[in-house]
Amino acid sequence: MASITLKNLVKQYGDGFPAVNDISIDIEDGEFIILVGPSGCGKSTLLRMIVGLEDITSGDLYINGERVNSKAPRDRNLAMVFQNYALYPHLTVFENIAFPLRLAKGRHSEEEVQRLVTEAAATLELTDHLQRKPANLSGGQRQRVAMGRAIVRQADAFLFDEPLSNLDAKLRGQMRSEISQMQRRLGTTSVYVTHDQTEAMTLGDRVAVLKKGELQQIASPRELYEQPVNLFVAGFIGSPSMNFLPATIENGKLQTSLGALDIPADRAAKAAGRKVVLVGVRPEFFEDAKLVDEAKKPHGSTFKATLTHTEWLGNEQYGYINFDPSPEVRELLNNLARDMDADELRPQVVVTLDAASRIRGGRESEIWLDTRKLHLFDPETGENLTRDAEAGAALTAEANEERAEEIASARDADHEHSTTSTGNGGGGGSHRAVS
Amino acid sequence: MKSTGRQKLVWTIISIAVLVYALFPVASILATSFKSPGDLTNGRFLPTPGLATLANYEQILVGDAQGLFLTALWNSIGISLIATFIAVVLATLCAYAIARLDFPGKKLILTTALAVSIFPVISIVTPLFNLWRNIGLYDTWLGLIIPYLSLTLPISIWTLAAFFRQIPWELEQAAQVDGATTWQAFRKAIVPLAAPGVFTTAIIAFFIAWNDFVYGISLTSTEAARPVPAALAFFTGASQFESPTGAISAAAIIVTIPVVLLVLLFQRQIVSGLTQGAVKG
Amino acid sequence: MTSAITKNPEAMKTNGRNRNNDYSDRAKAERRLGWILAGPAFIIMLAVTLYPILQAFFDSLYAFRLTAPDEREFIFFQNYVTILSDPVWWRDLVVTLLITVVTVAVELVLGFALALVMHRALKAVRGWLRTAILVPYGIITVVSAYAWFYAFDISSGYVNAWFDWVPGIDADLNWFAQASTALPVIMASEIWKTTPFISLLLLAGLAQVPDELTEAAKVDGATWWEQMRKVIIPNMKAAIMVAVLFRALDAFRIFDNVFIMTNGQYGTEVLSLLAYRTSISRLEIGLGSAVSVLLFACVLLISFIAIKVFKVDLAGSTGGKR
Repeated sequence: MASITLKNLVKQYGDGFPAVNDISIDIEDGEFIILVGPSGCGKSTLLRMIVGLEDITSGDLYINGERVNSKAPRDRNLAMVFQNYALYPHLTVFENIAFPLRLAKGRHSEEEVQRLVTEAAATLELTDHLQRKPANLSGGQRQRVAMGRAIVRQADAFLFDEPLSNLDAKLRGQMRSEISQMQRRLGTTSVYVTHDQTEAMTLGDRVAVLKKGELQQIASPRELYEQPVNLFVAGFIGSPSMNFLPATIENGKLQTSLGALDIPADRAAKAAGRKVVLVGVRPEFFEDAKLVDEAKKPHGSTFKATLTHTEWLGNEQYGYINFDPSPEVRELLNNLARDMDADELRPQVVVTLDAASRIRGGRESEIWLDTRKLHLFDPETGENLTRDAEAGAALTAEANEERAEEIASARDADHEHSTTSTGNGGGGGSHRAVS
Repeated sequence: MKSTGRQKLVWTIISIAVLVYALFPVASILATSFKSPGDLTNGRFLPTPGLATLANYEQILVGDAQGLFLTALWNSIGISLIATFIAVVLATLCAYAIARLDFPGKKLILTTALAVSIFPVISIVTPLFNLWRNIGLYDTWLGLIIPYLSLTLPISIWTLAAFFRQIPWELEQAAQVDGATTWQAFRKAIVPLAAPGVFTTAIIAFFIAWNDFVYGISLTSTEAARPVPAALAFFTGASQFESPTGAISAAAIIVTIPVVLLVLLFQRQIVSGLTQGAVKG
Repeated sequence: MTSAITKNPEAMKTNGRNRNNDYSDRAKAERRLGWILAGPAFIIMLAVTLYPILQAFFDSLYAFRLTAPDEREFIFFQNYVTILSDPVWWRDLVVTLLITVVTVAVELVLGFALALVMHRALKAVRGWLRTAILVPYGIITVVSAYAWFYAFDISSGYVNAWFDWVPGIDADLNWFAQASTALPVIMASEIWKTTPFISLLLLAGLAQVPDELTEAAKVDGATWWEQMRKVIIPNMKAAIMVAVLFRALDAFRIFDNVFIMTNGQYGTEVLSLLAYRTSISRLEIGLGSAVSVLLFACVLLISFIAIKVFKVDLAGSTGGKR
């Protein structure tokens, strides 16, 4: 168990290009931290710096308060799950899992190795496959072997480098919840790199969003979603993405291409003095005006628009509204898209509608928008003008408490079910904790 | 795929045709090696029934041609193995550097290897012949081992570089994170993966050294270092009037045995080694 | 070697950046280690080829016979003039080129057929076919030469008896007494021995043509022949070119088969044999060196033409990086 502290970490390559630029993060014992960002944002480099596979150009890295900058990977007692699993093809599953134990010569007796590997295998449901070679395993099984190798040695922390990106969508979902439950049960500090914002949101206690080597924001998933610091975080987190509409403020009203929108006075005040802003609207802030409660209606603003088409998904539906931005705004949106590693951002607003809505493409319809939740962004700096830092911090604090509770209850459940407890909550029992 | 009866028949015919193509000359010289001197001119593929004999083998293994053949065989085995060993060790280091490290001149080394492999052997022989005579390497093992490296090194470097590029080097890092020292990571994660490639390369290099003829006849003059292919060309019959055909055939079969054994045991590896070192992309 | 590892594009990208631009101490140490490891092999390769060919060039400028070492005399390019004005050189060049062209052409067709057979063969027979094919590859060329020689030989052979129904073949035909019959046998031995190599190269090329392409062509209504000509062959052009070049350079150096079967008599001499005969048998080091240099120049010329005119990318398509 360990805390990990990153202090002003920099990774610079020979040409002066900073792959990781001045990143500081405090990772608490038992915390599950996600590093997320588009490809090339430096997240994998940062992870490899923590584990010791990349040199640190400047800054300090502490594990349990001890500076480890110049320690070799083997002396850091961290376990890593690689993107391609890095299984040793010439060893059986058993020997793959036992590999780190066998390296620590003399520290484990043969019986102990047997016991630890068998236990880990039982936890990961690999018992039947122990004598097979990695080449004969399915993707999900290989993934589990890689995790087995990590958990068997009771490392201070787990590091994951995009561990699910080679699996198909269904398996990814399943493995995601297995990793999450395992982490809660073992209570091991974990750092997890991904480019998939869904993984980031579902797994992390806190999520660090990186862009071009710089930390944009680190916060609980809810804070990121509800109180993003800037355009990039707002656009990167959430699926479908937040809509960005150019607007001007005229006597307390937002003039947008969807029409004039009333917004709460406190929000408007934050943008005071600015002529043009970008309005950030999450798709679910919209609703079919016909289906909105009369009581709720005054909190928002209603406008008329013609949807190009709708997509019915069963539980909800998406509608699409095109708009024609000015060249400057188009440029701005394209830059944002490039930052997020996406294709061109279409000048299109995505709205989420209730599954019961009869609104269809091609007809003009009335749509309601919850203006209380709108964000206003400075188009130049991308700064979120309407962010409420206090509310955000409260959300993250809440998440911290939840984590402590979850770990405690997972351990309790484990103790009740387990027959062969290893004592320190490590090795794990033979049953999977059910949440 | 469903293999229907007709398909099976077609494949059987094709396979037999390929087998006949590949093995007929071997069978031919095998048959010849069992012919007695008088039977050689029988004009048939097989020895005349009843006249088949092991005399040719006796002649070269225990008979009067023994000295000639067995020393040549010993020379061939020794020189080829040493040349193979040196080439594979040097090529392993070189290919490791090429596949794994970044340094200027990688391309130069690979291009040089390529250029050396298309070099006409006979062009090297004349100056070496002269030089070896002057410095005393003529007609010695070392005098053959050195030029053999020009045959075995280039192909070893190419084959091994191709093999090594396919090794997941990430494993080395994984092992280090798992607690291995640099040396342990290399020995436990990389060596087991690299060994088959090195072994395959050794087989291919051995075939090439084993096959040499030009150096063998040009740089030796006695049985001190003359390898089998060269010795075959200088075989004479038991007496001046007897043709050495049977003895040569028997010797040819004996030196073919290791080739056939290696091929039988390692055909999969040899094929992958040859194709990897060659066309890729 | 199957493994759970595939390439990680992002890691490769960062590595690539690292590799190209990092001139830190680590990178310097890496460069040094690279040359320490690769250096010995590189130096030996140069020592056993570059040095001798330079020596050969030097020697070729002298009139020098080993039988009369004291009469060594610098004569500039006179040796080359002697060789190039001798019809023997031109006759040997024609014979060598003829053997090269014919064997490579036949091997290409035969090798392609073998490659197709191995590529399409049912799993059960594939291993056997490959094993069989590798026997000629691994066998000593001299052994192959003797096998073919004895089969055709007038006294110990059986070919004359088997094929006496063919006009022109009878018990008295001595195959090795004239070039017109000796060369085909020499070429047959050469083809038999080296076709497996070319077919393995082509097999690797075949394996790289994605199955979808042929399937798409099938759906589009292409016949088997059209699939070959319009889809498969264009897509493995690089492999074919490389195979042809390699084999052509190899065939151009032919020596063993000719030496064993005819020893270059009756107009079957090839350039390698000419060089051997001049320097090793007749000990005319000066003249022999000149032949060696000319032979080397021919090989260079063929490679140059192949690379420049036919755009054969040897390094690129033989597993070279980038």
